[in-house]
Amino acid sequence: MKILVCISNVPDTTTKITFTNDNTQFNTAGVQFIVNPYDEIALSKAIELCEGGKGTVTVLNVGEAATDPTIRKALAIGADDAVRINAVPRDAYFTAYQIAEYARTADFDIILTGRESIDYNGNQVAAMIGEFLEIPSISIIKKLEYDGTTATIEREIEGGKEIVTVSGKFVASCAEGVAEPKIPNMRGIMSARTKPLTVVEAKDIAEVAKVVSFETPAPRGAVKLIPADDATSLIGLLHTEAKVI
Amino acid sequence: MIRPKEVISTGWNYIKEERNMSVLVYVEQVDGKFKKSVFEAVSYAKAIAAQTGTNLTAIAIGDVAESELQELGKYGAEKILSVNNTELKNFVNQAYAAVVTEAAQKEAADVIVLSNSFSGKGLAPRIAVKLKAGLVDGAIELPKLDGGKFLVKKNAFSGKAFAVTELTSDIKVIALNPNAFGVKENSVSPAIEAFSPAVQSTDLAAIVKEIVRATDKVSLPDAELVVSAGRGLKGPENWGMIEELAGLLGAATACSKPVSDADWRPHSEHVGQTGIAISPNLYIAIGISGAIQHLAGVSSSKVIVVINKDPEAPFFKVADYGIVGDAFEVVPKLIEALKAHQA
Repeated sequence: MKILVCISNVPDTTTKITFTNDNTQFNTAGVQFIVNPYDEIALSKAIELCEGGKGTVTVLNVGEAATDPTIRKALAIGADDAVRINAVPRDAYFTAYQIAEYARTADFDIILTGRESIDYNGNQVAAMIGEFLEIPSISIIKKLEYDGTTATIEREIEGGKEIVTVSGKFVASCAEGVAEPKIPNMRGIMSARTKPLTVVEAKDIAEVAKVVSFETPAPRGAVKLIPADDATSLIGLLHTEAKVI
Repeated sequence: MIRPKEVISTGWNYIKEERNMSVLVYVEQVDGKFKKSVFEAVSYAKAIAAQTGTNLTAIAIGDVAESELQELGKYGAEKILSVNNTELKNFVNQAYAAVVTEAAQKEAADVIVLSNSFSGKGLAPRIAVKLKAGLVDGAIELPKLDGGKFLVKKNAFSGKAFAVTELTSDIKVIALNPNAFGVKENSVSPAIEAFSPAVQSTDLAAIVKEIVRATDKVSLPDAELVVSAGRGLKGPENWGMIEELAGLLGAATACSKPVSDADWRPHSEHVGQTGIAISPNLYIAIGISGAIQHLAGVSSSKVIVVINKDPEAPFFKVADYGIVGDAFEVVPKLIEALKAHQA
C-alpha cells in the first residue's frame, strides 16, 4: 500500500497575523512555521495504516526550499520519504493540479490531506485532486478504516455523520478524530535528516484566482460588564440592544 | 438576457463574447427540505444576479416536493432545475459535481453559488475543476465588481484576518459561509423544470451506507445562536445547565479544545483554530479563557458574551457583554432570567 500525504507549511497557531506591502503580503518576519495541524492528523493516520510493514507513506509539499524544515518535521513524525514541488503554492487550484500531476507518476492507493490549512482556510485541495484524477474524494472525514481494498469512512455532516465506503483509489481530507497526532521521537528526528526528499519542478497552469489584499478585523468596542447577580439585565440587553434573542 | 458587449480585464483586455449569462445556485436538501443556509445562498446568488443584470437559476438534486421548490422563489430563484433520479438519492460529491456542471453549462452560468456546508465543501472544488473556475470558499460578502475585477472577501488565518480574492477565470464559483449574508426576500414566481442528466457509474464509486443525524439538536456550523463552555465547567457531568440554556435559546452547543481533547464533549463541538470556525449572531462563552486559537474560530461572531470568574481572562477583551462570576452561579440565574423573559 502506498499513501501520499499532502502537507502545508503554515504559521504556528499562536502567531499574531500582520501584513506588509500595503496589506498585500503576509508578514513572515519572526513567524514560526509548522506542519498544518490537520495535515499532521492525516500524516499520523497514514503512518498508523502502514504500521507493521503494510505500506509506505510519502509526504508532499508544494513550496519553495524554505519549507524544507517543515517537510523534515513530517519525516521525523514517521513518513518514509518526501517530495517537494518547487513552487509558491499560489492558490488551491494550482496546488491541487501540481499534486495530481505528481500522483499520476506514482501509484498511490490513498491520498490524504488535512481538512483545511489554517492560513487560507480553504477546503479545496483534496476534492480538486480527486477531480483532476477522476477518483472519489471525501471531504472532512472523522474516521477512516481500510482493509487493503475498501475504506470505510465517517464524514461530518451538519448535526451528524455519514458512513461512506470506497473501493479503489481515493482522496480524503482529515479532521480531528481521524488519528491522534504523533509526536516525533529522537530516533525519528535523527533519521529524518537522511530520509529521501525529492524536489520536482512545477507544471504550468492558467491562473484562476489570486489573493489581492488582506484586511484585519475591526477591533470591538469595550466590553459592557454586567454584575454577576443581574442576569436579567444581560437578557434584556441581548433582546433590546443587541437584538439577537 | 443578452448582455451587451463589454470589455473586461483579465490581465489584458479583450472583448467578451456575447452570450446568455446567468447565476446558478446549488440548493442542498436534507430529507426533501431546504435549510435556512440554502435560502441564504439563494438570496446571495440573487444579489449577484442583480449586480450583473442576469437571471438566477437554482438546481436541486433529490426528491423535493414542488411546494418546497416553490419556496426558492421567495428569495429570487426565477428558474428551478429539479433533478430527481434514484441513483442520486444520496449525496455523492463526484456525481453531484457532474450534474451541477452540466446544469451550469446548460444555463451558460458564469457564477455558481453554493452554501459552504460540509457537503458544499466537498462539492464546490470538483465543480471548479470541471469548469476551470476559480473558487472562493467561505465567502462573507457580496463580490465587488471593481473595474472588471471580480473580488470576493473571505475569512483567512482562522478568523484573524480577511483575504480579498480576485477570481480571474471566466467562470466563478463561490461557497458562502452560513450567517454571512442573511436571508433576503425577493419574491418571484419560479418556473420549475425537470432536469435529467445522464449519470456515469464511475462517478458513484463512493457509496453512502448510513446517515446518522441528531434531529433534536441545532447543528453548530450554521447555528445562529451558540452556547459554548470550557474547562471552567470542571467536568462533563456539569454540561446539563449548558444544554438547558442552549435548549431555551434554540442554540447549538460548542466547546473549547481542552474540553474535546479530554473527551468531555465530542470533537464536532470544538470551535477554534483547529476545530471549526463559526460566525453566529450570538456566541456565549462560559468558563473559556479565550486563548488566541479559540478566539480565531469565533471572532467573527456578531455578538459575544463572556462569563468567566477571572476578570483578567483575555476573552473579555473581544467580548461585547461580560459577566465576571462563577459559571455555577451565573448560568442558573441566566436560565431563570431567560425563562422569565420568554414567559
